[in-house]
Amino acid sequence: MRLARLILAGAFAALSLCAASNDPAERLPDPAKEARARALFKEVRCLVCQNESIDDSEADLAEDLRKVVRQQVAEGRSDVEVKRYLTDRYGEFVLLKPSFSLGNAVLWLTPFVLVLGGGAILVVRARRPEPTAPLSPDEEKRLAALAKADEPVA
Amino acid sequence: MIAELGAFALLLAFVLSLAQFGLSAAGRIRRDAGLRGAGEGASVGAFIASATAFFALMYAFVTSDFSVSNVAANSHSDQPLLYRVAATWGSHEGSMLLWCMALSGFGMAVAVFGKGLPTTLKPLVLASQGALGGLFMAYTAFASNPFVRLATPPVEGAALNPILQDPFMAIHPPFLYTGYVGFSVVFSFAVAALIEGRVDAAWARWVRPWTLAAWSFLTVGITLGSFWAYYELGWGGWWFWDPVENASFMPWLAGTALLHSAIVTEKRGALPGWTVFLALTAFTFSMLGAFLVRSGVLTSVHAFAVDPTRGVLLLTILGIAAGSGFALFAWRAPSLKAGGLFAPISREGALVVNNLFLAGALATVALGTLYPLIRQAMTGEAISVGAPFFALTFGPLMALCLLVLPFGPLLSWKRGDLLGAAQRLFVAAGASLLVGLAWLLVVQPGKGFSAIGVVLGIWLVVGSLTELFVRARVGVVGSGEAWRRLTNLPRGTWGMTLAHIGLGVFVLGAVVETSGRIEAAQALTVGQSLQVGAYTLTLKGVEAVQGPNYTADRGTLLVTGPHGPGGAMTPERRFYPVNRQATSQVAIDAKGPSDLYVVLGEQRTGGQPSWLIRAYWNPWARLIFGGPLLMALGGLISLSDRRLRIAAGARARARLAGEVAA
Repeated sequence: MRLARLILAGAFAALSLCAASNDPAERLPDPAKEARARALFKEVRCLVCQNESIDDSEADLAEDLRKVVRQQVAEGRSDVEVKRYLTDRYGEFVLLKPSFSLGNAVLWLTPFVLVLGGGAILVVRARRPEPTAPLSPDEEKRLAALAKADEPVA
Repeated sequence: MIAELGAFALLLAFVLSLAQFGLSAAGRIRRDAGLRGAGEGASVGAFIASATAFFALMYAFVTSDFSVSNVAANSHSDQPLLYRVAATWGSHEGSMLLWCMALSGFGMAVAVFGKGLPTTLKPLVLASQGALGGLFMAYTAFASNPFVRLATPPVEGAALNPILQDPFMAIHPPFLYTGYVGFSVVFSFAVAALIEGRVDAAWARWVRPWTLAAWSFLTVGITLGSFWAYYELGWGGWWFWDPVENASFMPWLAGTALLHSAIVTEKRGALPGWTVFLALTAFTFSMLGAFLVRSGVLTSVHAFAVDPTRGVLLLTILGIAAGSGFALFAWRAPSLKAGGLFAPISREGALVVNNLFLAGALATVALGTLYPLIRQAMTGEAISVGAPFFALTFGPLMALCLLVLPFGPLLSWKRGDLLGAAQRLFVAAGASLLVGLAWLLVVQPGKGFSAIGVVLGIWLVVGSLTELFVRARVGVVGSGEAWRRLTNLPRGTWGMTLAHIGLGVFVLGAVVETSGRIEAAQALTVGQSLQVGAYTLTLKGVEAVQGPNYTADRGTLLVTGPHGPGGAMTPERRFYPVNRQATSQVAIDAKGPSDLYVVLGEQRTGGQPSWLIRAYWNPWARLIFGGPLLMALGGLISLSDRRLRIAAGARARARLAGEVAA
């Protein structure tokens, strides 16, 4: 895992694993703001990494992005504003949670449509009585014979 | 010389797989026992040949034969023996060879253990298995041959990626591949049943043990990979919803759904089409996983041996194999006769609901993995789908599935008594809600989601035990009688209960670890200490140590807990000069089910030397890995149930025949 990242970050990075998100040197003084920044980190992708959030990544770019997010949070921007700031610069690729947009409707809705649709089909099927196959002529004859045999002897 | 033997054996395995396909198919068409036997012989030969190729490659790695290009690229003579062995499957070529060996191994297992199989079905299974083997062996032999020699061999190899030089990572691929490829047998059984036009209880009974075996191996394989990530990444994450993880999780979800629907088909003859569909789906997702991981179309933190040009070939194989399987399904499935009727509230109904949720979960994971590719191809816009997406989609679907799970085993076949089941689950519901309330008020106030998770976990564990106790009539009959009944329960019941409990244990671990993790990071000079949770870590010193193929800085930290001073922890930062790469060797101290987890960071220069120490308290982290192992154990116990034992049917028939003759 680290390998892929290190190749991207360059050979020099191999010699100095950078600090991750909880490095005391990076933290904000206000614990509430720090907690908000940490929560945001989990939703922001480290762009040069292989599918890691900037909260997990030790790449230089992730460190820079963490600085940007912390600075924005420190300046009192809302979560939405911070995310917009990032998407304006890096595109939607930077967010690990895709936006609830029309283009992503298929992505967000399919799981629930499938389960609800499947459930609906099952309910409809369960309510409809199963058609019973008509008796074959042989079976009709046997049934008649049995019915006759059952009649009380007069 | 040995490498040439390997190359020859690989070609031989390819030819024998084709022979297995041709002879078995001809044996079925002509109803000729001789041809069928020849097909079985070819399957044994194909396995021996592919195993020979595999061990020839392993020999080249163990002896560090750098004239073989694959060895030169992935091994080094300084590597310890274990990692020279593990390097055999550390590369793309080697892992495909492992895949081929598993494929032919399962073909041979069907030929050898499938004595009781109908003479019509068995050759078709072997033919399908041979065709799959032929496809993958052709790919390995002609497009990714691990035995290619170098004209000018280097003196030394390039060494295996250091983060793969780890005992768990060494054994992870064989388990994972046995699981992946185990589903090929199920796929072949489905193809054979579709050709025969017969999917009945006997067929389902044949399919179940193979599914159980593959599923158990896959469960262990995924767990090993997750555990490896947990300690190798250096910050305690164990699941990232990463494409490569999803690639192994998708066949697991399909296999889990298949395990459950095959029960319905076996016991009641119902859902034959759906069961066959899942049987085809499970291996299709295995192949899709191989394609996703090996082609590099998806970026991932786990992708090590990637080659885009081969991706097209793998996609072609996937298209041919899955395409013909599903085309056959579309053609023949409508003619499959649906079996036993059942009321919506019944064991069958519960298993259908299970399948509905698992299919939804599978679709979610598949979509989340592939949607970025689709969107980029269609609109050119790149998006990322990460953990937050899965938490909002997969999470609620699975939570609902777990909520209804304990009802299933308490409902009877055909027509169940929901009120009765609910009454029996009263204790489980009460216990889990009580703990959940305590969690919300005392343990983690205000953390609603973690409380829901804890409720679900306890609900699963107690609910699964309830079923066991109800069946043994614990509390109704005397304790001796109850014990006798418990020990006489079929192993299938024990396996199921254990697997469900394992799931609950996993949920508890995952929720408590994720919500209760405590982290601390501080630059320490020697003698300074750091507080994490109830523990104090004091840095005693950092020394240089020499490993077999690395140098390392090893920190020594004294642990002082609530019960006074404990032992020392020694995290390392290793440097592998051959790869010019550093890795972090975390130190983990298990405290019951929880972990104290310490990472040695970089040295801070300036002033007195200090080191960045990162420490984590990961509560109940052991349960995250223990739970899935319980599930796999449950699978294996079910597998040992005499009703499922391979060839049990044949032996029973032989015994009956003997009794009749006497």
